[in-house]
Amino acid sequence: MNAVGGNVKLMGRGNVPLGLRFLLISIVSALLMLLDHREEHLSRIRQVFSLVVYPIQVGVDLPFAGWRLVSRALTDQSALLEENSQLRSERLAVDVRLQRLAALEAENDRLRAMLDSSARVSDRVLGVEILAVDLDPYRQRFTINHGLNDGVYIGQALLDAEGVVGQIVSVGFMTSEVVLISDADHALPVAINRNGLRTIVVGTGDSSRLRLPYLTNNADIEPGDLLMSSGLGGIFPSGYPVGRVLEVHRRPGQSFAEVIAVPAAQLDRDREVLLVWTADDAAEVRGATSVAEAP
Amino acid sequence: MSREAGNRHLLLISLVAALALAIVPLPAAVAPYRPDWVPLVLIFWALMAPERVGLLTAFAMGLALDTLSGALLGQHALAMITVVYLSVRFHLRIRVFPIWQLSMTVFLLLAIYEFVLFWIDGVAGRSVPIIERWAPVVSGALVWPLVLGYLASVRHDTQTRI
Repeated sequence: MNAVGGNVKLMGRGNVPLGLRFLLISIVSALLMLLDHREEHLSRIRQVFSLVVYPIQVGVDLPFAGWRLVSRALTDQSALLEENSQLRSERLAVDVRLQRLAALEAENDRLRAMLDSSARVSDRVLGVEILAVDLDPYRQRFTINHGLNDGVYIGQALLDAEGVVGQIVSVGFMTSEVVLISDADHALPVAINRNGLRTIVVGTGDSSRLRLPYLTNNADIEPGDLLMSSGLGGIFPSGYPVGRVLEVHRRPGQSFAEVIAVPAAQLDRDREVLLVWTADDAAEVRGATSVAEAP
Repeated sequence: MSREAGNRHLLLISLVAALALAIVPLPAAVAPYRPDWVPLVLIFWALMAPERVGLLTAFAMGLALDTLSGALLGQHALAMITVVYLSVRFHLRIRVFPIWQLSMTVFLLLAIYEFVLFWIDGVAGRSVPIIERWAPVVSGALVWPLVLGYLASVRHDTQTRI
């Protein structure tokens, strides 16, 4: 029976030879890749597919989420009390700094008004959780548990408590994919906080290192300099910390210095990150949600 | 009849399990050595039950893997159907091999799989380290006897040799 089954199989279903079917499906795959290489064409199809594989992602994440839940439930009281007092003292310190910030913000607004430039509107943020699934190990990417249903869009910036994390590269109905600033294919415009020097930070593929390849040997940059997002690329909001310069090698004979930085965000340890809607996007989204809430 | 149904369930469960294993988070140190579970399981079914698992199944699994891993849509699909085509085409010859020769064949098939992925990455201009690309081929060939032994033992119809 087996051998017969094998022979029948070689003819394929509907009498199409196996080789021909292989050829046809290969052509379909090649066409898909051609279309997908220019991202926009297949985003609909991708969204549907992402919905199909969503249960698998949730299933894989479930044990990890369950473990977090259990470990939270089993934390004993003394540890909680200790954490509570620590958080209290931290909040006090932050509150003190916030008082000054409020005054500074008001002053900044007044000055901007005098200069007749548009006031900076504060950004809207949404806390999202990273699904415990691994994507391609060669790329610095991860999946988050929000998608089209929350108004996530391609190119949206992500932050954590310490700094810039990355941006959205593809959006599904329930999930979205994020590329980290440390991905080898990612670049991000920054300014040095000390002197406002603008440059570009490029990922290395290693989540604890960033590169600044476009600085000349005589550029004014020193280890310890803080890099802030400059907002020039139009994707990341300006003024968030990106990283700190670790080492600067000025090599005589080369026109560019070799500068290495450490990302400010905890790229490899984050569980929760913040999605940011910058000022004008936020207005759009607010309109959308008010429409959604109307009925 | 119930054996047939049991096998169909096993097929489905093994495919979903392979997809899940492909995205389970691993420590960064061992992540590059994650075996290619999906092609391994598909090779098993293509060799043992080519009348049930064919190119369309492979295509669908490849697309699922593309979506899960955020790769170019069709990249894993093309690699997958290449491997499954070879397995189905030569299944009568391959499946009578002794185990070590079978492992060598699987090694070869996985190498072809990774090569197709690598090649498409190159054409699409995505930068990927070359050395690490081949780690899953070795680990895949090493875990193949386990996949084979396990799936064959839970399979109901043992009409085939293994």
